[in-house]
Amino acid sequence: MDMFIMGLTVFVLAIFVGFEIITKIPPTLHTPLMSGSNAISGITLVGAVLSAGAQQTGLTTTLGVLAVIFATINAIGGFMVTNRMLAMFKKKS
Amino acid sequence: MSALINIGYLVASVLFILGLKGLTHPRTAVRGNQLGAVGMLLAVVLTLTDQQIVSYEMIILGLIIGGAIGAVLAIKIEMTSMPELVAVLNGFGGIASVLVAGAALLESTLKAEVPLMQLTIATAVSGLIGAVTFWGSLVAFGKLKGLIGENAVLFSGQQVINSMLAAAALALSCWVVIDPTSVMAYWLLVGVASVLGILLVIPVGGADMPVVVALLNSYSGLAAAATGFVLSNNVLIITGSLVGASGIILTQIMCKAMNRSLTNVLFGVMAPAGEGGPTADEVYGGKVKSASPEEVAVLFETARRVMIVPGYGMAVSQAQYPVATLAALLESRGTTVEYAVHPVAGRMPGHMNVLLAEADVPYEALKDMDESNQDIDQVDVALVIGANDVVNPLARTDPSSPIAGMPIIDVDKARTVVIIKRSLSPGFAGIPNPLFSLDNSLMLFGDGKKMVLDIIAALKEA
Repeated sequence: MDMFIMGLTVFVLAIFVGFEIITKIPPTLHTPLMSGSNAISGITLVGAVLSAGAQQTGLTTTLGVLAVIFATINAIGGFMVTNRMLAMFKKKS
Repeated sequence: MSALINIGYLVASVLFILGLKGLTHPRTAVRGNQLGAVGMLLAVVLTLTDQQIVSYEMIILGLIIGGAIGAVLAIKIEMTSMPELVAVLNGFGGIASVLVAGAALLESTLKAEVPLMQLTIATAVSGLIGAVTFWGSLVAFGKLKGLIGENAVLFSGQQVINSMLAAAALALSCWVVIDPTSVMAYWLLVGVASVLGILLVIPVGGADMPVVVALLNSYSGLAAAATGFVLSNNVLIITGSLVGASGIILTQIMCKAMNRSLTNVLFGVMAPAGEGGPTADEVYGGKVKSASPEEVAVLFETARRVMIVPGYGMAVSQAQYPVATLAALLESRGTTVEYAVHPVAGRMPGHMNVLLAEADVPYEALKDMDESNQDIDQVDVALVIGANDVVNPLARTDPSSPIAGMPIIDVDKARTVVIIKRSLSPGFAGIPNPLFSLDNSLMLFGDGKKMVLDIIAALKEA
C-alpha cells in the first residue's frame, strides 16, 4: 500500500507541475509541444525493456519486444520530428 | 544498485520537466527537446543494467527496428501531414502501455504470487486507456489522411452502443481486479476497449480533429502513468502525468476556441442551425463581388498594413511558401505584414504556425487571435486564405447560429477583406458566411496556391 500511496503522491504533484509549465507555452509552439510530449510518453520503453529482457516465457518476451518496438518508434520518431520542427522556428531568430 | 537506478530515474524526470520548460520559448525550445531526449536515453540505459534482464538480443532487436521506423517517419514526413504523424505516434505509445501491462500481469501469474489490488487496478486502467488510445488514434489517422470519410459518422443507437461497451469494459476491469490470474479477462478488456476507441472517434468531424488529437495525446500519457503504477516505477508515473496534463490543457484551449464543450465534440453533436438562420441565397444573393488577381494586386500596392489569415485550406493547397513569398515582396515595398492565427485553424493545435515556420516566416510576425483583433480596424487589407468558420461574423451577431459565441478573427472590421476560396461552399459548421457578401469584401475564387502566385506575378509586373 505504501508504494501505491507514494506513487499517487508523485502522480498528483507531477500533474500540478505539468499544468504550471504547459500553460506558459505559447500557441506558436503547440504542435512541437504535442510531438515532444508524445516522445517523452515513449518512456513506457523502460517497462518494455524489462519485459523483453527478463525472458520469463516466450509470450512475455514477445509482448515485451513488440512493446519495445512501438515505444521506440514513439520516442525516436517524436524527438526527431520535434527537433526538425523546432529548427525551423529557430533559424530566423 | 537499485537505489542508484532510482536516482538516475529521478534525474531523467528532472530532465523531462526542464525539457518541457524549454518549450516555453522558441529560442530555448530546441535545447529543451534535446534535454528530453537525453533524459530518455539515461532512463533506458539505466534500465538495461537491471538484474531482471537475462538477455539483450531481443531488446536490441526491438530498439533497432523501432528506432529505424521512427527515424524514417520523422525524416520523411511532410509538415502538412504533421497531424497524422502525431496521431499515429500517440497510438503507438498507447499500445506499448497495453503490451507492457499485459506482460507484467502474465509474469505475476507465472510467479504464482497474488498481486496487490492496486497493481491489478492499474493494469486494467493501463489496458483500457491504452487500447482506446491506440484504436482511436488509428481512426484519427485514417480520417486525417483521407483513408476514411472525414465527416462525422453518426448512426442511431451510437450512444447506447458506446454506453454498453463502456459498461462491459468496466465489468471486465472488475474481473481483472478480482481474479488477477485470469489473463484472458485482460485481453477481453483490451478487445472491448479497442472497439470503444474506434467508435469514440468515428463520430468526430474533420474540423474537430484538433480536440481529438490533443485528447488522445493526453490519454497516451495517462496510459503510461498507469503502467508506471503497475511497475511501481516513478519515472513512468511522472512522465505520464506531465503528458496527461499537457494534453488536457491543449484540449481545453481547443474547446474554448470553438466555444464547444468536450462532450459535444466527442459525440459529434453540432448545435443544429437555428430555424431563423439565413439561407445561402439570402446571404449571398447578388451581393458577392468577385475580383481578379490583378485587382487584388492593385489593392496590395497601396496598402500600408496587411493581415494574412490562414486556415486549413492553406495546408491543403500547400500555399505556405507562396504566402511567405508574397509577404516578403510586400514588406520589401514597405508594407507591414502580420499573420493572424486562430487557435483551431488547421487540424491540430499550432498547425498553421508550423507550416509558416517551414516557409521561413519569423515567429514574431505570427499573432494570436486576441492580439490580432485589438486594432484590426487599422488593417488595410486582410487576406483570408482557406479559412471560413473562424472568420464568420455570425458567431458575434446571430445567437441562434451553431457557432454563436465562438471567438473569431474579426476580419470584417478591416478596411478591405480579400478571401481566397474555391467556391461559396460552407465550412464545417455548414452555414453561409455573411463576410463574403460585405461591402468591403472581395472574393478571389480559385486554388489557394495558384491565386497567391498570380497575385505575386501581377505585383511584379506592375
